[in-house]
Amino acid sequence: MLRRIIILSLLLFAAAANHSPARAEQSDQMADLLQGLTAKSFKAKIAAVETLAASGDSRVVAPLTALLEGRLHRRKADGAIVIVQRQDGRKIFLDALTGTPLGEAKPRASRKIRVNNRLRGVLHGALGALTLFSPDPAQRLTAAQAMFKSAGADSLSPLAKAYLQETDGDVRQVLARTLAAARLRHGGDEEKLAAAKMLADYPDREVRDLLANTALQAQDKLLAAVTVASKSIEQRLAFFDVLQNLFQGISLSSVLLLAAIGLAITFGVMGVINMAHGEMVMLGAYTTHVVQVLVQEYFPGAFTHSLLLAIPSAFLIAGLFGVFLERSVIRFLYGRPLETLLATWGLSLMLQQFVRSIFGPTNKEVIAPSWMSGSIEITGGLVLTHNRIWIIVFAALVFLLLTLLIRYTDFGLRMRAVTQNRTMANSVGIRSNWIDAMTFGLGSGVAGLAGVALSQIDNVSPNLGQSYIIDSFLVVVFGGVGNLWGTMVGALSLGLANKFLEPYAGAVLGKILILVLVILFIQKRPRGLFALKGRAAEA
Amino acid sequence: MISRRNALNTLAAAALAMSVGVSALPAQAAEDTIKVGVLHSLSGTMAISETTLKDSVLMMIDKLNKDGGLLGRQVEAVVVDPASNWPLFAEKARELIQVNKVDVVFGCWTSVSRKSVLPVFEELNSMLFYPVQYEGEESSRNVFYTGAAPNQQAIPAVEYLMSEDGGGAKRFILLGTDYVYPRTTNKILRAFLHSKGIGDADIMEEYTPFGHSDWQTIVASVKKFASAGIRTAVVSTINGDANVPFYKELANQGIKAEDIPVIAFSVGEEELAGLDTKPLVGHLGAWNYFMSVDAPENDEFIKTWHAFIGDEKRVTNDPMEATYIGFRMWTQAVKQAGTTDVDAVRQAMYGQKVKNLTGGMAVMNTNHHLSKPVLIGEIQADGQFDVVWQTEGEVAGDAWSDFIPESAALTADWTYPWICGNCRKPNYTN
Repeated sequence: MLRRIIILSLLLFAAAANHSPARAEQSDQMADLLQGLTAKSFKAKIAAVETLAASGDSRVVAPLTALLEGRLHRRKADGAIVIVQRQDGRKIFLDALTGTPLGEAKPRASRKIRVNNRLRGVLHGALGALTLFSPDPAQRLTAAQAMFKSAGADSLSPLAKAYLQETDGDVRQVLARTLAAARLRHGGDEEKLAAAKMLADYPDREVRDLLANTALQAQDKLLAAVTVASKSIEQRLAFFDVLQNLFQGISLSSVLLLAAIGLAITFGVMGVINMAHGEMVMLGAYTTHVVQVLVQEYFPGAFTHSLLLAIPSAFLIAGLFGVFLERSVIRFLYGRPLETLLATWGLSLMLQQFVRSIFGPTNKEVIAPSWMSGSIEITGGLVLTHNRIWIIVFAALVFLLLTLLIRYTDFGLRMRAVTQNRTMANSVGIRSNWIDAMTFGLGSGVAGLAGVALSQIDNVSPNLGQSYIIDSFLVVVFGGVGNLWGTMVGALSLGLANKFLEPYAGAVLGKILILVLVILFIQKRPRGLFALKGRAAEA
Repeated sequence: MISRRNALNTLAAAALAMSVGVSALPAQAAEDTIKVGVLHSLSGTMAISETTLKDSVLMMIDKLNKDGGLLGRQVEAVVVDPASNWPLFAEKARELIQVNKVDVVFGCWTSVSRKSVLPVFEELNSMLFYPVQYEGEESSRNVFYTGAAPNQQAIPAVEYLMSEDGGGAKRFILLGTDYVYPRTTNKILRAFLHSKGIGDADIMEEYTPFGHSDWQTIVASVKKFASAGIRTAVVSTINGDANVPFYKELANQGIKAEDIPVIAFSVGEEELAGLDTKPLVGHLGAWNYFMSVDAPENDEFIKTWHAFIGDEKRVTNDPMEATYIGFRMWTQAVKQAGTTDVDAVRQAMYGQKVKNLTGGMAVMNTNHHLSKPVLIGEIQADGQFDVVWQTEGEVAGDAWSDFIPESAALTADWTYPWICGNCRKPNYTN
């Protein structure tokens, strides 16, 4: 009875909206089909999606997309299927089929129609089939990609048609791959053989997976063809793996370099064992979080660029804090390394608890801007993630600027003078006190910069710095104290060695091996890779 | 905020004392409160998870006192900070029991901290409520385990992944942090998978250090392992801080839940709070509680929590529910026993029932583990979980796994005639 009333009301509504009885009848049928989505079991929901998709009606695209995004609801009051949409900061209901606004969506007024992974896969495929001929090339591209996994026997001819019609080069490429996959699954014997051969040109993991799966059921000729294709893909993937490993190694090196380079200044150049260095990194990461919150609050439009604004802010805040630490604690401890170690260790614990009591113990969210999330796929199996690429670039820039600063500026000159011979520098009129504070500030500021980068790949939590302090010291000691280039080479070799060991030894053993290797190396060359020579070494 | 609440309490107590009469005044003296120890790390690595549980216990005590206390006495929390330092846990536990003379302790998160305090509780015959899911293979007379045992979390989770709705996975990757909980859980899971006909060739096991932050290699090898033409799923026992960089790497390398679902046993609403979950939609969590569950008890609990903590954005999670159930059971048992004496309360605990926040009843069994429902949820874009599967009724926690031969023969039962946590035959026979 209730159902009848619902259908009737929907019918009336649709009729009112369209003024066309035939259309109303269709709508009614569609609405009926939509109700199938509210079934309890996922099996029934999948069946409903398949029926909806089979209708080929373009109006089902909106509700199915909403279902995929978790925005398709069932209104509690009348059981109607509605789409929830955010409009000008509030949520409203839309009619699932016609898109007509149906008033404000109150919090518990509707219940979300649940989706699981299996249903999501079916939805991707169904939407792919529905949007394969869309006028928008981007949509066609997604459709072609989505159908790689899901294309059934009945989509063979639409896919072939789409492939022939396609004018956009990229979409054509993807369509060819999808079509070959569909033929390998559902085509005739000849088609299957040809498809297997063709797929060998697409060396990526998805194709590898498909071929392996086909091989499990194939026989004779097809099995042979699939095995040949698999082999050729396998070889190319193995080559890509080496490249990928190289990239990962460089990426890890860039993170190590960023974390260590500030320490290379405070420890390497000034000789201060600064255990609170990691906390400067953490301050940088928290600054990034605060800047992001502020930008979101006051300039929502500039949100994607908040990270750029965070860079100078983090440098300034961590740098000023460093100067403050140097003036208030560390300057009284020069020449007493053990006490410095203990004092800075205490400082690091205090800073952690300080941040914990202000921001709370839980992780803070730093949203990655769109240009830093996702990845680019260079030929099939080789995936380079955007955030890692940017961090490598950032590390290189920081290193370059720092080298230039030390080499060519007046401040750099004074800094080097003080490190090499403090008394002499004093006597030519350099205020070594002031230089000490500035150098420490610079080292801390650079640590703050590292914090901005790390906020993109790690937790923003009070413990952030702690996990990097050991690695940083390792890099600086290995590279040779007092030498920026040494730090760079140290970071690069440790990063690469780590990444090439990890696949064979595992993450835990890999780390241990690296530690053992560095210890052995230090036995042989106590002053690291690039030891300072001449008079500077004795100072 | 807190001081105002305290002031109100004092005022209420004073008013009560006035109404009862002057003769009742000595009964209000500070020594006559019931003392509850809270042993959760408030600093160090584990503070991120454990601080919330400390607040939960304080919230429960606050509520209990407002409702008139326990056995006519006020309840007082004694909070200590073991600072994520395992040996310090044992020291602080001893301090709570011997110096502060607490009647019960709520605390610990990691298994290693529980193992560290265990001898103290057994030696001094005190009582600990442990609210976190763990690896099982333990049943102490002095500990009540209100979190999930492996058969209440890990086994149903893998069964779901193997089911048609879960995607029918036949190849598994077991990822974990390198310590006792993931190693034991994976040992049980491997034995379970063998019993389902999945061979060692289809199981990959990988461990990482605590706080691991560079997941590139492992995520790449997950992709590699998953491209063998067989449905593959990842079972994650990665703990704590390492989860955020792991999920970020998963998202960036484009691993979708439809292709390779990741089910996690240590990732709840609280862990997702620091994360953009849009690229993670569909990855799974297995727990006995989700904040999103639509139940009146749950709504009430969330409301109380938000009011107590003063922040509408704070989430609730499974260990909080376990703390809630444990605390409610303990108060019921104390009322029933009429005393806070450890031995009497322990006897009263068996068969104690408390309504789950997600519906149904949690029951304390004689092996010191609960019967609870098991829920599987998928991560949503708003950082919450949507339940996609749940057990028909409650599942009784099993201290000794049936899938490890050496532990299958063991029984934990602290009532006559067994009175034992790991025995092959009862201690007392006619």
